Amino acid sequence: MGNKQTIFTAQQLDAYQDCTFFTRKEIIRLFHRYRDLAPQLIPLDYTNKPDVKVPYELIGSMPELKENPFRQRIAEVFSEDGEGNMTLDDFLDMFSVLSEMAPKDLKAYYAFKIYDFNNDDYICKADLEKTLNKLTRNELSADESRMVCEKVIDEADLDNDGRLSLEDFQHMIVRAPDFLSTFHIRI
Amino acid sequence: MDRRVSFDSNPHCLEAAPESPWDEGVAHRSFSPLIEESGPSPDGRGEALEMADLAEEEEEEEDEEEEEEEEGDRDNPAVLAGQSDNPGSSATRETNPLVRQRWSAATQRVLCSMPSRTMGQSQGAIISRYCSRSEQLRLRRQSQTSIRGSTRSARPSIRGYRMEVEPKGEEDKKEQLVTNLQSLVAADRVRMLRTMPVSMAEKSELRKLACSFKSGPSLSHREVSCHSRLKYCTTSALNACNSCLSFLQSLQLWQVALKRVSGRFGTGVLSYFLFLKTLLFFNALLFIITGLFLVIPQAANPPQHGTSNVSFTGLELLTGGGYFTHTVMFYGYYTNSITNTSYGGGAAVSRSTYSITLAYFFTIGVAFFITCIILVYSMSKSFGRSFRIYKSQGNLAVKVFCVWDFKVIKVSSVRLQSENICTQLKELLSEVNCREVEKSVAQRLARVAIHTLAWAVCLGSTLGCVLSVYYFSSHMHKDHQQVASSRTVSSLQWEARMLALPVMVSTINLLLPSLFNIVAWMEEYDSPSVRTHVAIFRNLLLKVSVLGVLCYHWLGRIAVDGQSLSLKCWESFVGQELYRFLLMDFIFTVLDTLIGEFLWKLFSQRVLRRKRKPVFDIARNVLDLIYGQTLAWLGVLFTPLLPAVQIIKLLLLFYMKKASLMVNCQAPRKPWRASQMSTLFITLLCFPSFLGAAVSVTYTMWTLKPSLECGPFRGFKTMFLSGKEWIEQLKETNPNLAWLTWVHISLVENPVFLFSVAGIFLIVTYFYTQVVDGQRKIISLLQEQIENEGQDKKFLISRLQEAHEQKRTVSPRRRQLRSSEDSSID
Repeated sequence: MGNKQTIFTAQQLDAYQDCTFFTRKEIIRLFHRYRDLAPQLIPLDYTNKPDVKVPYELIGSMPELKENPFRQRIAEVFSEDGEGNMTLDDFLDMFSVLSEMAPKDLKAYYAFKIYDFNNDDYICKADLEKTLNKLTRNELSADESRMVCEKVIDEADLDNDGRLSLEDFQHMIVRAPDFLSTFHIRI
Repeated sequence: MDRRVSFDSNPHCLEAAPESPWDEGVAHRSFSPLIEESGPSPDGRGEALEMADLAEEEEEEEDEEEEEEEEGDRDNPAVLAGQSDNPGSSATRETNPLVRQRWSAATQRVLCSMPSRTMGQSQGAIISRYCSRSEQLRLRRQSQTSIRGSTRSARPSIRGYRMEVEPKGEEDKKEQLVTNLQSLVAADRVRMLRTMPVSMAEKSELRKLACSFKSGPSLSHREVSCHSRLKYCTTSALNACNSCLSFLQSLQLWQVALKRVSGRFGTGVLSYFLFLKTLLFFNALLFIITGLFLVIPQAANPPQHGTSNVSFTGLELLTGGGYFTHTVMFYGYYTNSITNTSYGGGAAVSRSTYSITLAYFFTIGVAFFITCIILVYSMSKSFGRSFRIYKSQGNLAVKVFCVWDFKVIKVSSVRLQSENICTQLKELLSEVNCREVEKSVAQRLARVAIHTLAWAVCLGSTLGCVLSVYYFSSHMHKDHQQVASSRTVSSLQWEARMLALPVMVSTINLLLPSLFNIVAWMEEYDSPSVRTHVAIFRNLLLKVSVLGVLCYHWLGRIAVDGQSLSLKCWESFVGQELYRFLLMDFIFTVLDTLIGEFLWKLFSQRVLRRKRKPVFDIARNVLDLIYGQTLAWLGVLFTPLLPAVQIIKLLLLFYMKKASLMVNCQAPRKPWRASQMSTLFITLLCFPSFLGAAVSVTYTMWTLKPSLECGPFRGFKTMFLSGKEWIEQLKETNPNLAWLTWVHISLVENPVFLFSVAGIFLIVTYFYTQVVDGQRKIISLLQEQIENEGQDKKFLISRLQEAHEQKRTVSPRRRQLRSSEDSSID
């Protein structure tokens, strides 16, 4: 494993390798994908940890995210500033969680955050309705939407407070074997 | 407060992303849209009411709330008025007395800081949770009793969280977490770091703290003590293993192609290609093993007896006969043993013999054993991933949150996916609303009649085909006997005639599943998954019966009666048959893919006037792959190079199927449970397919007499006896290894030992099923406990509220009394 790359120091690469599910090669490939979003902004030398962020508009225009209805929430959840502008750390973190190797618990945690539109750590009815609208491109009528939301809360709410907490959500995800395969972006 | 301005100048993008009616950046405190939208719900739920009241209350008490905000905690003041009924009880639907309005500020303060509200939000909460988790891991690794006295007041939780009773400061928690991390093994530490849901900056900081303490200021190896050096060696060895495995994983064969397929067609169709990749891996493994130990030694030392001077004609590629008969491809070429000539120059000339017989025997055995282990392991892993504890309850919630396939990136596919989800949700809703449509007796009878008719047609056609294969094969057998005795037909012509049986079987495999599809189209099923399972079962039944008849034909007729066919080498002949079958299967698949699917697309678009292209039939294609792999496994014993043929076939198949997919098909409309189906497919690969092949090979090696004039087992009564003879020879040649013989005789050949091993295995299996049953009961008990805790919480909150209100009404009254007393005194 020749250390021919000059983008990161060895310690940085080690740290990234330990903190994400990617190998060295994949981290470098992801760095180049990140840099391709804004080549003028991102330097080729990350050894002194420059503080650069790629704005949300460019992140949202990546082919893997462009058509995803939840791209804005994904970017917001994984970005430091909560607005969708991502540093390289955030970028790697995002694709690490969305990769094949991430365990169910971790994915369920972030999926919960993504579906929680108002960031109040609960998926309430309003969040559910927004989710449904994004899933179906507003094709469900208001009545149907409401009925679906009620039924979902009925089924999943364990401690009966009318909305889904993180525990309710994770408990429901245990029942969904497909979650691991659908909550996955290939990069 | 729309913080997001769309920068897309591409109009196509703009129209593809519909504007959500909800403002993206709306602050979470504004509930007015919700209040306006939801009127009083029909079943008397007061959710909307209490949300509305909360909104009003918020405006009043905004000042007080701002005081309560700690650490960016943006939790709303609790609306614990969980008046939604318990999912279990449907009897009493009284309006809950908790559907009330104003919680006092004190109550809200208490509710805000409850552990369950703060879990998972702030950094501190996550750190404390992972602190306890790493503590548990450390204790488990130190093999102390992990069943510590969990306090009775600890919240029951399926994942074993432990809530601390006294809240520690965040810094203390962080230090404790770092200490715990330091005491873990490197692999555990890395795993814990990776699965922690904190930001990358935090993770790298924790990692630095955890690692820096260990290595100290300088990394000079000389100062490292012996024990640490040993640890370093073991960890570096483990790292090497891990990197090896990750290298294998990241071979990234077809990475780009798979991404394109999943981007356009979703996870379901992707699973077919992933299955193909898995099969490729199995075949590569088989090929490496047989190649290294069988093919290369024999190819390097060709047998002494003269090979026939048959020239190469193109027909060999199809029939496997002719020129190929006397090559390393088939069993007949292999000799009894090889004598390696001298090595070591100079005076000492040593000879070593490499016994092809033993190599053959052990290679096949070991290859099958390794394949079995890998199959069972991947099957159990896949099963564990897709195991569902609960059956039908909770479909809708799961559907809403787990249905969106994040891999799909093409615009048209995304749109199609949205439509599919919409349709599915509408269907589920209509099912829920008009729950049990009472079917009349006549309708039910009609349904049963149609099902019976469909099954009769399917089973009848399967039986018909199987019988026709049986009679045709016996006819070919008689024909062959006649030709062998009279020698009127030239060998080339004869070998072309041998292609008749494979062509017939491949035609059956092509046409009958289509017939099953047509028959299934008129049937009515409860759910799409039942339909898929029935289709798979019918197809599987057909393939298993056809393969069974063919095995009887090969092993029961040809192997036993080789003399009458004037075959010097029945094993080579059977190997050639398998090669022909594999090749015909491939040719027919190619024709079907290139021509059939294309024609079907034209037909459905022009004649049937459907707007959409046909859908890729995942189940049928996977079963075809399994059939091909069964043939390969059956043939390894007779044709050591068959895995190589299968590898080439799979490679070509991948590109062809992908091309056809892109041109002719579209994404599936029905939901496809990818992980359950993958589990089913790998189970089918293991049980009927691999098991059948292994049983056939074992039967061949155990019972059938190898031919006298060819092959490495010539002269033995059965192939298996070669191994026994070797063991006995060992005793004589090398008395040191006598114990091995003793072990072999007393253990492997002793039926008592084998029976007891099987008995123990069954007992262990029974024990584990009982454990699983017990755990299921515990899960339902814990669920009840969670609901009860919720009730307790509601009760306590309402009592707290009442007590506070009493105090509030008492104290103003007291104040009034006092003031009136004062005034009266004055």
